[in-house]
Amino acid sequence: MNEYDGSEDDADEGEGGEESAHELRISKIHNGTVIDHIAGGHAPDVLAILGIDSATDEVVSIGMNVPSDRLGHKDVVKIEGRELSQDEVEVISLVAPAASINIIREYDVIEKNRVERPSTVEGVLSCPNRNCITTEDEPVATRFEVLDDGVRCLYCGTIIRRRLTDHIDV
Amino acid sequence: MSHDHVISAKSLSRADIETVLDRAAEIDRTPPDRDRHADDLLALCFFEPSTRTHMSFETAIKRLGGDALDMGPVESSSATKGESLADTVRVVEGYADALVLRHPSEGAAQMASEFVDIPLINAGDGAGQHPTQTLLDLYTMREAAGSLSDLTVGIMGDLKYGRTVHSLAYALTKFDARQHFVSPESLSLPRSVRYDLHESGARLKEHTDLDAVIEELDVLYVTRIQRERFPDENEYRQIAGEYRIDAATLEDAREECVVMHPLPRVDEIAPDVDATQHAHYFEQAHNAVPVRMALLDLLLAEDDR
Repeated sequence: MNEYDGSEDDADEGEGGEESAHELRISKIHNGTVIDHIAGGHAPDVLAILGIDSATDEVVSIGMNVPSDRLGHKDVVKIEGRELSQDEVEVISLVAPAASINIIREYDVIEKNRVERPSTVEGVLSCPNRNCITTEDEPVATRFEVLDDGVRCLYCGTIIRRRLTDHIDV
Repeated sequence: MSHDHVISAKSLSRADIETVLDRAAEIDRTPPDRDRHADDLLALCFFEPSTRTHMSFETAIKRLGGDALDMGPVESSSATKGESLADTVRVVEGYADALVLRHPSEGAAQMASEFVDIPLINAGDGAGQHPTQTLLDLYTMREAAGSLSDLTVGIMGDLKYGRTVHSLAYALTKFDARQHFVSPESLSLPRSVRYDLHESGARLKEHTDLDAVIEELDVLYVTRIQRERFPDENEYRQIAGEYRIDAATLEDAREECVVMHPLPRVDEIAPDVDATQHAHYFEQAHNAVPVRMALLDLLLAEDDR
């Protein structure tokens, strides 16, 4: 049985690809999410967005710099037992705009979506401007406009272009 | 006006700006009836010190027949008890027909406007925006130069933290002005403002020396370089000295070049400029009243409908 788990992107596109069901570099998951087509080297950013670090106990498999026809090299992250929320997917789109999100149940892909960059992200990034009103004790969530090459705080106008993951507040 | 709130010059269209300036010109020519807004109350919530902005808003509403409700100094307000700005403005909304807010945090006016239905006017939010200053700046330019079309404007001083500069630059872009920004490199335009100006097609150049452009200018807008921006007193003195103008500096300027300053000045414009035909900064300060009257008249009239 071909237990397709969502990460064989190149096979999915009918181009064979270096990664196949016979030589999976990382294990399949039973239930959870596969985040595929992350640009090579950006898996740690995705993990940071999802709050996954040495202190969390999710079962996570990571493939980094896996050859990919589409991206040259890609990263893949597989998380057992967790289905991502729309908010999380939107933020992932900021660091992995080509990513696809595959929801897995009982080893089957029950939903496969490309991420779409939202026009704004709300409540997930913190503003680095210490003088921004959103850093004060006010009943307001941060809101950022998504630009081609970064994000902009809709309150104070500060633009973040690099190291977005340093500003994630989820 | 298409806005209930006046938060940023960026969100004012050219037509919005012209509507306010035209109304201000009418008010200048023919002051409105003293009971035009007899029942209107304007709340003044200033979380930072202000002389000109505070007094001119108070004058404006009183000359329209209304009255001002002053929150008073922040030290005696509920903010000292830890009340959020969001709560303060929601309370004040029940007392007044419009609200003027000055606050030290960037984005404060935008956030506050999301909690109230009465018109909210940003009177300065940290290093952010000060749109009503921009309106009176543009009014002064239009009155002095005859038109806002085809202007070449030099803006000199603290371009990084100067909120009047940011608002003015956005507005001048809507009038397709040529803008020359003159500052020490450490106080040049913030990246976010430069990004916006480029995105909106602004015709801008940046310089570190006024001499490079002074002969071209229709308007020279000078701002104060603040001592607290520099950790070192000597560095402050040296840099501030380089961005100071006097009557001799203006000998190279065009005869009709208009010199403006949002005030207060310290020594960036020498007193000998006051007597030249270039000096328009006191007129600029006085224009705050008709322009703020015009804005309040439009916002409150819309609100009354």
